[in-house]
Amino acid sequence: MIVIFLLIPLGIVTAAVFLMGFIWAVRSGQYDDTCTPSLRPLMDDKDPNEKANE
Amino acid sequence: MQNLTTTVADYPDADAAPALQVPEADAGACFHCGTPLRGAVFVSGCKSFCCQGCLTVFELLTENGLGDFYRLGKAAGARARAAPKEEEFGYLDDPALRRRLVDFEDERWTRATFRVPSAHCIACVWLLENLFRLKPGIGYSRVNFPRKEVLIAFEHSRVKLSEVVRLLTALGYAPDFNLSDLEDRPRHPVSRRLWLQLGVAGFAFGNIMLLSISSYLGLDAFSGPGLKKLFGWTSLVLALPVLAYSASDYWRAAWLALRRRILTIEAPIAAGIAALAAWSAGQVLTGRGPGYFDTLAGLLFFLLCGKWFQQKTWERLAFDRDYKSFFPLSILRKNGRKEERIALSQLRAGDRLVIRNGELIPADARLVCGPAMIDYSFVTGESEPVEKAAGDLMYAGGRQIGGAIEVETAKEVSQSYLTSLWNQEIFARQNKPSLETLTNRYSRRFTKLVLAVAAGAALFWSWTDSSRALAAFVSVLIVACPCALALAAPFTLGAAQRILARRKVYLKNPSVLEVLARVDTVVFDKTGTLTGSGAGSVVFWGEPLGEEEQRRIRSLAEHSTHPHAVRIAQAIPGEPFSQPVRSFTETAGCGIEGIVAGREIWLGSAAWLESRKVTVPSPAARDGSRVHVAINGNYRGCYTLANALRPQAEEGIRRLSAHYGLALLSGDHEKERGRFEGLFGNSGPVHFNQSPLHKLQFIGQLQAPGRTVMMVGDGLNDAGALRQSDVGVAVVESIGAFSPASDVIMSAAMVPRLDEVLRFAKSSVRVVRLSFVISALYNVVGISIAARGLLSPVFCAILMPLSSVTVVACACGLTARLGRRLDLEPGRPEGRRP
Repeated sequence: MIVIFLLIPLGIVTAAVFLMGFIWAVRSGQYDDTCTPSLRPLMDDKDPNEKANE
Repeated sequence: MQNLTTTVADYPDADAAPALQVPEADAGACFHCGTPLRGAVFVSGCKSFCCQGCLTVFELLTENGLGDFYRLGKAAGARARAAPKEEEFGYLDDPALRRRLVDFEDERWTRATFRVPSAHCIACVWLLENLFRLKPGIGYSRVNFPRKEVLIAFEHSRVKLSEVVRLLTALGYAPDFNLSDLEDRPRHPVSRRLWLQLGVAGFAFGNIMLLSISSYLGLDAFSGPGLKKLFGWTSLVLALPVLAYSASDYWRAAWLALRRRILTIEAPIAAGIAALAAWSAGQVLTGRGPGYFDTLAGLLFFLLCGKWFQQKTWERLAFDRDYKSFFPLSILRKNGRKEERIALSQLRAGDRLVIRNGELIPADARLVCGPAMIDYSFVTGESEPVEKAAGDLMYAGGRQIGGAIEVETAKEVSQSYLTSLWNQEIFARQNKPSLETLTNRYSRRFTKLVLAVAAGAALFWSWTDSSRALAAFVSVLIVACPCALALAAPFTLGAAQRILARRKVYLKNPSVLEVLARVDTVVFDKTGTLTGSGAGSVVFWGEPLGEEEQRRIRSLAEHSTHPHAVRIAQAIPGEPFSQPVRSFTETAGCGIEGIVAGREIWLGSAAWLESRKVTVPSPAARDGSRVHVAINGNYRGCYTLANALRPQAEEGIRRLSAHYGLALLSGDHEKERGRFEGLFGNSGPVHFNQSPLHKLQFIGQLQAPGRTVMMVGDGLNDAGALRQSDVGVAVVESIGAFSPASDVIMSAAMVPRLDEVLRFAKSSVRVVRLSFVISALYNVVGISIAARGLLSPVFCAILMPLSSVTVVACACGLTARLGRRLDLEPGRPEGRRP
């Protein structure tokens, strides 16, 4: 059971890494707008270079 | 002076404008913006458009390979006005103004955020994010759809700021700048902080929960005290950031409440958190147990979730605009013989300004030259323009209709009539005393009660078993933490606010609902509230006109944008622009004239016709505004335009009168008194010729005996009455077009359903009360155990989230049901009501 003394800190450190990731995401503005990004895949167009090919 | 008449003689000649054609019988809607086609139709290929602006946008998009726009949404465009002139936004390149608009700038790139209220669908987002294909020099653009903002980065060496704005305007997404924008712009949305707090609390909650589960199940018996100690200390460490960061807003709010000596909901929450933290820390430090850190982290996590939901609702509905938004940003000042564009703040008394058709008068001013027809509907809400002669004083907020005029400002913007109306005592009072929220009222009683119970328990135990006294005292504080109480109101009222917003009834904040539920008297303004500004009967008096003559009059009237001409043109059946008009002239403030099929037609005021030697018979007493007609110099009769009631407004008022006291106030002349007295009958008084001050006083009189008054009106001039009333409702024809500061902004279509809105508000407040009862029941159970000093961590960890979850589920479920009922009502036959 002694291994738990290693596993618990390890688990918390892993979770903390994810928390850091979350903090970075919020700070870089990824949570400022949670609505528009969900619309973008719907309107992926044919080809941005279409005009160039003409 | 510019010429005051507009000549568009060549306008209807189809060959002059290649796209202009007489439409098919079933014209349908504009391919770009979906506006029903009326009047001139512009055709390109097999698609028809309502105006040149929409056609231009269509051509621009298809040429640049953005035809996909129309695949994403049918008629998705925003109605575009004709392309803006070259110099129109030139003032934006002024360095001082530019600095306020631009977010970021380096040697190559400039980044600016614009508010584009007309963005409304996926296709709009797509188009705005593809701007770079329309204009070389624009790097990228990103839309924040909920906030209706677009961030555009462009190379300032290739594109000027004014050009970007011009492009947006030409596409129909005219950016909405106003003074308040320019004054201060929040750099980061507040919600970032909340997200971080939520993240930290969630992280701690999850991890502490994992550690605590073993103790709930009694598993710590396996591994001895070492593990138990580790769990306790780990929980303590994990809880520290929660206390320091996630809970920081509660500490601040509680401290503020304490200093002002008022009890808000935050005070008992903060007390609960503090008690929980101190007790748990004490247990861990002395090695007696793991404490209640699991409950602590969970509690904050749920509280912050509630707050996040509340803020999301808030953000979506943020509309609290102030009056400055209604004034044009830049004005044309005459400097000797030159004309220059200046910012509003640079305006000084004595400046000569040129006000063109449709522009607002920014400050009180004296008319220098040009006959002015001032539309005060922004100020008074009355739609009939007022005629002014040279030397007359005109008030800020009036809008010139017709040709350009020259004015000399009498006061500066800040001193003008509107501002002084705004600065009256009634406006300065920010918080109405009646707006004390339900939650705060309950929490005050609650806090006192809890403190009494805690003290009682401590006293009792110090008498009998002094070792349990402190435990009992702290336990009561912990378990009584009113998180359910704190969540009930935001969730219910927030959900109710969203439901109403979907019906185009926008509340300033959720607490307005609480006042709405108490309303017992409803006061209406007439124009624009009960009567529509556009619709209404148009009746011709005089020798009946032949069909051919009517069609000619219609063709003539279609060339004008004057409200009366528009209404007359709409009233006459027939095809748009059926007859070509030659020598069309609009004389501002007088009328319109033109030659149709060889006949000269004059449409206008009696005075104007008389000045042209037409005998106009003295008018009989008839309701409404009059437009006289003369053909080839012979008087033919007049059109009367009644201000018609909105559809179903009558039934709406009848339904309201069953439960509420009513009154009607109008600044209009008494022409239509009879009709409204009949409608309001004995349910309430009807007053005409009311000045803003009269209206304000009348509402004050109603409030004196303790009535809760709701004022339904429009126009800035009603603003006094709107603020004086307990709930001020501004009625607008198109949401976002005009919104004086008021508690509620409501779409005109909802006016007849006002009784349902009020009933909905009542029911949702009832739901909040019910939630309070549920939360109180939980508290009774919890406190009765805690007061005995028997509170175990497991019990605490289960009871507290359970109470929060039930309260929130109950509040949301019931409110959603109420909302569905509000949705169903219009489909139901009216016979349901007595």
